[in-house]
Amino acid sequence: MSDLLLVIIGTALVNNVVLVKFLGLCPFMGVSNKLETAISMGFATTFVLTLAAISSWTLETFVLEPFDLTYLRIISFILVIAAVVQFTEMFIKKTSPSLYQLLGIFLPLITTNCAVLGVALLSVQEKSGFFDSAVYGFGSSVGFTLVMVLFAGLRERLALADVPRSFAGAPIGFIVASILSLAFMGFSGLPSH
Amino acid sequence: MIIPPSSPHIAGPNNVQTIMLWVLLALSPGTMLGIYQFGWPALFLFLITLASAVFFEGICLKIAGKPVFPYCMDFSALLTGWLLAMTLPPWAPWWIGVLGSFCAIVIGKQIFGGIGQNLFNPAMLARTILLVSFPLEMTTWIAPRPFGTPQSVDAETGWNITLNGIPNLDGVSSASVLGHVRTELGMGVQLPDILATMYNPLASALGTVSGSLGETSALLFLLGGTFLIVKKIITWHIPVAMLGTVAVLASVFHFIDPLHYGGPLFHLLNGGLMLGAFFIATDPVTSPVSSLGKFIFGAGCGLLLFIIRNWGGYPEGMAFAVLLMNAATPLIDHYIKPRIYGYPDSAIRRFFQKMKRG
Repeated sequence: MSDLLLVIIGTALVNNVVLVKFLGLCPFMGVSNKLETAISMGFATTFVLTLAAISSWTLETFVLEPFDLTYLRIISFILVIAAVVQFTEMFIKKTSPSLYQLLGIFLPLITTNCAVLGVALLSVQEKSGFFDSAVYGFGSSVGFTLVMVLFAGLRERLALADVPRSFAGAPIGFIVASILSLAFMGFSGLPSH
Repeated sequence: MIIPPSSPHIAGPNNVQTIMLWVLLALSPGTMLGIYQFGWPALFLFLITLASAVFFEGICLKIAGKPVFPYCMDFSALLTGWLLAMTLPPWAPWWIGVLGSFCAIVIGKQIFGGIGQNLFNPAMLARTILLVSFPLEMTTWIAPRPFGTPQSVDAETGWNITLNGIPNLDGVSSASVLGHVRTELGMGVQLPDILATMYNPLASALGTVSGSLGETSALLFLLGGTFLIVKKIITWHIPVAMLGTVAVLASVFHFIDPLHYGGPLFHLLNGGLMLGAFFIATDPVTSPVSSLGKFIFGAGCGLLLFIIRNWGGYPEGMAFAVLLMNAATPLIDHYIKPRIYGYPDSAIRRFFQKMKRG
């Protein structure tokens, strides 16, 4: 149990996908203008990332390794993640309209998010079991959601600030992101898996 | 017909300038004691940091096309520089102070649009940038050598230290209490043994220990902070929540495992907690508006500080804790609205009433 907690702390805070590994910067900068969208995006990513970690672990263990095909890892992961997410989207659309409302258009968007593929690859490299991989994916996406929500809150306030024209918009966004990244360095050295 | 200006019609006695002056006044006893402890180099670094902070503020205002003199005279840049100087190693070279002021004023404040617009506490941002970029200079602490004692340095030597660095480092350096405890714990020594050799609660309270200017006298900063609360410059929520959280957590962990976790008094008296709780976390720009929000903010700072101090890679986590909670401030404000004028209940009471109603 404490092992799992350490994995979650390690992936969400110490090795945060966005602020430490610099993965998934496109949704981080692109979909963080509004708090509500950022939260939805976070939930959708949590869902997809966990699913991607599970499916890529399954693929790696039962197909790629036994048949010595690990050089096909990247392309097969992309394919599997895209397929799984697409199927999930169709499934959710039919079975749970309210959940579809929440995750909505984000699901297909996330398929091409580099954080998803990155985390899937990293979790496979960890060479851990099925459950650990799932927790690894889940922890990473919790970290993603956390910084997404924090950043969206900051940007909503930035929109009201009297930022000099040459810094307004993306530049100040990146500066704030870098300060956040700096603040997250405080977590470095925490016990993690 | 005379149209009266919009409300409010009664202005309070405080404006930015007077608030800053009160804070500076409350800070000065602790600062003076710190400078007295560490002698001329500390004074020089302090003055350089303050002067460069005001200088950068003036330059930025000039570039932004704002009136330079009135804004510089609101003392906010002076306070930022002052707080930054309080967190620097007292014998650090001059460029640490200048670079720190640049980071605080330009990156931390003016890029966001100047006073009242910044998202992060400028002084803590600058300290963190310096700590991450120059870990050696930022962790070189020296043992106290007050003015008038044989170990103290004269003004000329002091100026040389500020200008060129410390000549014989090994002879003067001395770890801060938190840093020393961290190192020794890492080597497997048990906490009571470490504390027995180098820790004296009275010294930590009075400030005769090594550290930055702001890490010396817990007692004087506690007094200064209480003064600010009495003058209603700050409210009690953030300091009480922060100190309370640290004290409770420290008590619990000390009770569970006294060989590895220091007690509440140890955590309250050492490091920059007192300065941070009263003077840094309470910055009105970067902390929440409502009383409940302030309470959550303070508790969060305390929790993060405790986590970083005990399990993180850095011995002291004040700056990181404040920055992280600054980042959460817009969210806290978003979900916890301040009391609406005309409604009698405070946010805390409304929260509990809502809980009761379900």
